[in-house]
Formats: sequence, structure tokens, C-alpha cells
Amino acid sequence: MANGVDQGMEAEGGDHKEISVAEFFEKNKHLLGFENSQKSIITVVKEAVDNSLDACEQDDILPEVQVILDEYDDEKCRVEIRDNAIGLDRETIPKVFGKLLYGSKFHKLQQSRGQQGIGISASAMYAQLTTGEPVTVYSKQEGEPCHKFIVRIDTEKNEPEIIEDQVIEEDNDKFPGDKDYYFDHGTTIEMNIEAKYTRGHHSVRNYLKHTAIMNPYARIVLREPDGNKIEYPRVSKELPEKPKEIKPHLHGVELGVVLRMIDNSNARTVSSFLQEEFTRVGRTSAQTICEEAEIDDGRRPNTLDKDEVEQILDAAQEVKLQSPPTDCLSPIGEDLMEKGLTKELNPEFTETITRKPTVYKGNPFQVEVGLAWGGDIEDEGSYNELRYANKVPLLYKKSACVTTKAIENVSWNRYNISQTGNRPQGPLYISIHIASVWVPFTSEGKEAVANYDPIRKEMKLALQEAGRKLGRYLKRKERKEIQEKKKRQLTSYAKEMAPAIAALAEDGNEEEMENKIQQLVQDDYNPEQL
Amino acid sequence: MPKKEFENDQTTLEKLKHLGTQIKNQLEDENEEDLTFDTQVRSRSNVEYDEEEGRLALGDSYSTRKFLNISHARKFMQTLLVASKTKELVESGRTAAIREVYYQLKHSVPGLDENTFEDQDESNNVVVDIETATGVIREDLHLFAEKKGSLFGPIVINDSGDEIDCMQMGTSGLAIPSIVDHYEFVEHDADFILLVETSAMVNRLVEEDFHKEQNAILVSAGGQPSRGVRRLINIMHDRLDLPVYVFTDGDPWGYYIYSVLKSGSMSLAFQSDRLATPDAKLIGMTMEDIEEYGLEHVTEDLKGKPEDNGGPTKDYKRIHDVMDYEWMQKDEWQAQFQKMLDKGVRVEQQALAANSLEFVANTYLPEKIENEEFLN
Repeated sequence: MANGVDQGMEAEGGDHKEISVAEFFEKNKHLLGFENSQKSIITVVKEAVDNSLDACEQDDILPEVQVILDEYDDEKCRVEIRDNAIGLDRETIPKVFGKLLYGSKFHKLQQSRGQQGIGISASAMYAQLTTGEPVTVYSKQEGEPCHKFIVRIDTEKNEPEIIEDQVIEEDNDKFPGDKDYYFDHGTTIEMNIEAKYTRGHHSVRNYLKHTAIMNPYARIVLREPDGNKIEYPRVSKELPEKPKEIKPHLHGVELGVVLRMIDNSNARTVSSFLQEEFTRVGRTSAQTICEEAEIDDGRRPNTLDKDEVEQILDAAQEVKLQSPPTDCLSPIGEDLMEKGLTKELNPEFTETITRKPTVYKGNPFQVEVGLAWGGDIEDEGSYNELRYANKVPLLYKKSACVTTKAIENVSWNRYNISQTGNRPQGPLYISIHIASVWVPFTSEGKEAVANYDPIRKEMKLALQEAGRKLGRYLKRKERKEIQEKKKRQLTSYAKEMAPAIAALAEDGNEEEMENKIQQLVQDDYNPEQL
Repeated sequence: MPKKEFENDQTTLEKLKHLGTQIKNQLEDENEEDLTFDTQVRSRSNVEYDEEEGRLALGDSYSTRKFLNISHARKFMQTLLVASKTKELVESGRTAAIREVYYQLKHSVPGLDENTFEDQDESNNVVVDIETATGVIREDLHLFAEKKGSLFGPIVINDSGDEIDCMQMGTSGLAIPSIVDHYEFVEHDADFILLVETSAMVNRLVEEDFHKEQNAILVSAGGQPSRGVRRLINIMHDRLDLPVYVFTDGDPWGYYIYSVLKSGSMSLAFQSDRLATPDAKLIGMTMEDIEEYGLEHVTEDLKGKPEDNGGPTKDYKRIHDVMDYEWMQKDEWQAQFQKMLDKGVRVEQQALAANSLEFVANTYLPEKIENEEFLN
């Protein structure tokens, strides 16, 4: 999926009159997640944590992330986020934090969290616009000194403006990091922003809890403004398999993306462009596509105009291409998902399902669901939903999301779960994860996944499979409870009955009779019985 | 009061003991996996109308109560408690209200968040179960219910050694207990027995000296007649050979009162031979009375007429229900109901007061009896 914000920025930064990035930010802040101060603090934390987790996984490091929040004034908050990733080199640091929309992930075709955000620099921009203060960054690579930068964004030029650049010694008091958790590498950012720290569904805390469930191999610590410290522990030392990079598939690629690919490509002919830049296109397919599009396959790609590229894309739809490979996906897997749900929710029953990868419109995707029932989960009436795209929690626009539609498509009462309308009830968490290189969001805000049939179908199948298992568990449990209650009742009744029988029969020892009745009750008890 | 010793006490005790022995034997039998006893099914499906006898009778479906069946267990336990308590009553020569038995047996069950009995309905149901399981009726179990209904008239009754002259009862009358089997009829000077639906109408007749002038034994039912009232009429009819007339409102509820007295009720079909009086005749109100006695202006409209969007309710529904009973299929009864439906009205006993207060005692009833104008 193309990034709309990204495209908009490029267009405006091209032939047109330059506008300041501040103006751009103001215009787009609803897409960037900064529409109000309650949401902004979640966005700032989210961008940083997503980056940290991505960076750690990239280099097989078990993530260690600390989020420290301090309210220093009315609706003003100091946000500090530390990680133990490999750190950034000295040249990169100012650009990452001091240049809006600078990032390595926009054109990279690999499943990652950051693909969903617009980069940490937007947070820096937000900080600068709301408190006027620059961002402080500490970063240290293994065996290298720790660099401290204080950076502003020059909003006229969209370039970093370095206010301070120094090396911090390890024994210096300013050296970042909790002494208990010292790492030889990692990045710490600090910024002051306008923020309203709240609790509840839309909160930093909930965001981190959701993150912890889906990333059980990460240790995350949150210090809330009131000093309350919450630790989301690591329960697995196993990282999910790293996703492979993938080239786009012609059936799922958009025109804008292809135009940009042409600009960046070294291919000399249309045929080789198609073969080199796209997956599952061989020489024969490339020729067939060009014939179908009535375009000479020997032309230089950069001679194609927009209409001709569109012709090629249309033609490609007519040509049968193999589905894209699916090793570009990185599901977290049933075991890890179960560990995540178990550690944060402590349910009495958990079932997780990872579906096989599948493809819609040339885009590979994979669905995972988890159901957690009972135990410490409170019955608040309706179920709770945990939505994830590439392991990143989605907190907003639930009712527009394909996950909710899929849940409503399942007949939960068939699994002994009561329903209100189409929604399941009870002490139930439903977690749904879609892993894809191109997650189809409903809008550029990237808060809900589009309701596409193949995706909904996959989710529904996974929910049904997990639902059947939960249903069986609940049925067994119910049976057992009924049998146990029955046994309790009959045991007590036996005590009442024995003297009555003895009196009626005018014969027999009460105690002996009671023992015999108790024996019948005992023989009858069978928790597995229907 | 002397001890209550009933004719059937010996049989009653044997039957209760039999129930106990049966359960005890099941306990001692290694092959038995449950404790059970059988009761006759008392739902409408097992009620039959014996045309020859003119009574309802219970068919021969039985159902088995099983201790290890969770939906029976509680009732099973209750049945044994009540059975053993009634055995105590019979042995000690006492009678007790079911409510007293309920209070004697009600206590919390150790280890459970429940009582042996939660309300009196539970003990009532259990009593019926014991009746059908042992074939012993509750009166023989020494259980009595609240007094209901009253009696006036030229008859002297010996009740447990005391003689009661029912002509000397003022405006109060003899309150009819639920157990009347021990009554002895010392002497009487009555020509017939009149069972009246409402107490108010009996009060009217007593005030007019109807029982004296017409040599009538007046019995008020106070709505649906109790077991005591029905049993009393049954034994008076049998032992004194007196005709029985029933005087009710002219509506499906009144006619059903007549039907219960005459043929028995579905829930007590197993006792129809003790409780029903098939010779009883209905004296009124009939649908013809409305024209005959000029009561058109004092009828009441029937309620629950079927609308477009639903079937009949209230009075209309009741008419259809009663009309459908097997024992109400005689032409004359069907004709009454049909007229009721056609006219869309019902007529109450008290409507006769439209003529004059004494009209019912001096004109209506004597004329009907003299002309033998009855529905049967």
C-alpha cells in the first residue's frame, strides 16, 4: 500500500512552491495521530516503541523498552523512551529526528511495524510545535561512544538543526539508562509535548498492554506520571522468525508505486524492469504482459508515460501469474500468542490459531487469532477485542475494522457463548492479528483494516476453529459443574432421606442406609458424562 | 378431642411401609443402580372420561421418580420426608394441615444453599405424588386443608362425638372441613341438596329461609368446590339418597364448577369415585333464563372476543376450552355454549335480584325444581 502522507509530501516538495513542514503538519495532523492531546501522547509512545521493537527484531535482540512519562506542567509531559537496539550512527541521528518523513522503511517491502507510522520525526515536530522545545537523543552502538544530540527541525527547510552534539562518557551522570539494565547499545529519546495522560481504552497503558500481549519476547516498562511503575515482563526468549524482503506482485501494486519504482530502477528495458522489480514475473510472463498491453518490451522504462504504465498494469491483471511467496510474512505463531495472552490476562483457557498464509489481490497475508476466556478476565458483558496489524495494536475505529466484522460473522452461541446481537458476551478476549507487507487500511490514519472478503473469511475461519475448541472446553466445564453440583446435592439429600426410609420401612439402620445411598451417589458421579 | 382413628388407617400404614420397604430393598440389592418409585401420570394426557360411570378416571400411564435423576432428586427426597411425617401422624392419631407439615419439615439442608422445602407449593405437590404412588388419599394420610364452603339445612351431623344441628347455625353455617369421612348423619329432614357457587347467594337464600321452607341442604362452594365440599356432597348423596342440584353463574366458569362436582377434575381424576357425584344436575343459570326471567338488561358482555390478529382470550377462550372437554359433549351443553357465544353475554346468579331480592328463593328455584327444569 502506498503511503498517502508520503506521496502528498513529495508532490508538494517537487515542482510546486515549497510550503513549510509546520504547515504540512498542521494540515495532516489528523492523519498523523495528533488531533488531540489525549491521542498525541499515545502516538508519540507508539511511534517510538514500534521503532524500537522493529529495530531490535531486525538484529535478533530481545527487546527491552522503557517508557518514562512525567507531567511537568498542566497538560505538558516529558516523554522518555529507551531501547536496547543496536543504536544509530552519528550521521543518521539528526536526520531521523530532525527531518520530517525521513526513514528507511517507506520503500522497503518487508513486513514491519513502522510501515504503519509516519516516523518519529513527526513526534519531534509535534513536540516543537506544542512546547517549543527540541528533542534530545542519546544513542550508542556496541563498542562506540554514546552520542548526545539536541535537535530541532528547521521548519522552512525541513532540515535538522543541531543545537548540541556531544559524546557522553559511561560514568557520566547524564549517561542514559537504568543502571540495573545497562546495555552496551541502544537509543534514548526525550521530548516535551503537550499531552493529556488518561487511563481507559484509549491510553498509553492499554496500548502497551496490547503490545506486550503480541510481543511476549519483549520486556516493556512503563512509568506513569504519578510514579506508578508497570512492568510487562518477557515470557519468551524466542523471537519470531524474521520476515524476508519481498518485491511487489503485479496484481497488487498501485500506479503511484510503479511510477516511483521506474524512477529508482536501473533496468534498461520494460521486460527486465518487470522481471527484476516484481515477484513471480519471468521472461515469458513479461513478454505476454507487454504484448497484451501493446507496448514494446524493449523500450526503456523511463520512456513510459503514466497511461502506458496503467496499460501494463491492466494487462498484467489478464495474465496468470503465480501467487507471491509467503515467506515475507512474520506471524508470531500459536505458542507465542498463547504466552502473550496468558501472561497479561491470566485466563483459564486460551486457544490460538495461526492460519496458513494466503493471498488477496497479489498481496500475501496471514491471520492469527487467539481466544482467552475466564480466569482473571472479568465478565463485563461484552467481549474485549485486541486488534493487531503487523503486531501493532489498533486502538481506534473498532467498528470499521474487518476484525469486528469477522467476529460478528461467527455464530458464537454454537460454541456455548452467549450473544447480544452478533457480539459474543462473557469474560472473553478475542485477539486478531493480520500480518502482511501491505496491510489494507480503511484510511490513511491507519487505524482500521479494510473489510475485504478474503481477509474477513480467513479471520472468520480462524475464529471458528478457535471457537470450536473454546466451545468444547466450556461444554466440558459446564458438564463437570453440573455433575459436581449434582453430587453435592445428592450427598446432602442422602443424609435427609436415610432416617425417613428407615422410619417408613420400620426396619434398618439409618447410618448403614445413608452409606448405601452415598455409595450410589458416588458410583453415579462421572464428570465426563453428558 | 379423641384421637383421630380412621377406617383406613391400617391400610394406610401398610401402604406407607410398603413404599419404605421398596426403597430399602433397592438399597440392599447389589444390582440396583438407582432408587425409584412409580407414580401415576396426572396430566390431561392420562385422564379419561368413563362415559358409563359419568366420571373422569386416571389412565394407566405411570412415571418413575428416580433419585439419581437431577430433576427428580429434590422431589424424591421431599416425598420421603413427607411420607415419613404422615406415617407419624397416622400412628399418633393426629391430623395436620399441609402447612403444618411444611413447617415441621422445612429446614436448611446442611452443605447446600437450599431448604428442604422452599414454599408450601412444593409440599403440596409432594403430597399429590404420595397419593398417586401409594394409592392413599391425603385425607387418609391425616392431612387436612383450610376449611372452605359452608352448610345449612335440616340435618344433624355427628362429628367426633359432637352433634351438630345444621338448622341451628344462624347465618354462619357449618364450615366444611377438608376431612369429612368421619361424619355420621344422625338424622335429616331434607328433600334435596343445593350446591351454590357463591357464598353471597347462600346468604340470600338463608335470609329468605329457603332451607327451612324447601327442606333444602344448602352448601356454598365459594368458587371452585374444595375436596371437602365435593366429598361431603358425594357421601350425603350416597348415604342419604338425596338429589343434588347445582346453582352457578351462567358462564363457562360456573359450568365448569358443575362439571367438576359431577364428573371430577383432571388433577384429582384418580379420586373421582370419592369426589364426583355423576347424578348432580344443573338448576341454573341457563342461557334460556335470560329471556324467561327478563334478564336481558342485567347480563354481562363476554370478555376476550377473538380479534383479527389473535385467538380468543379470557371468557371466550374458557368457553372453547370447556366446550372441547370430552365430558361436555352432550347436545344440551353444546347448545348452552353456542347460545352464550351467539349472545356474547354471561349471566350471574345475583342478576336475579333485578326482579326482587326474594325472587330467587320464592320463585326462581322453587319453579325450576317443581318443573324439573334441569340441565344434566
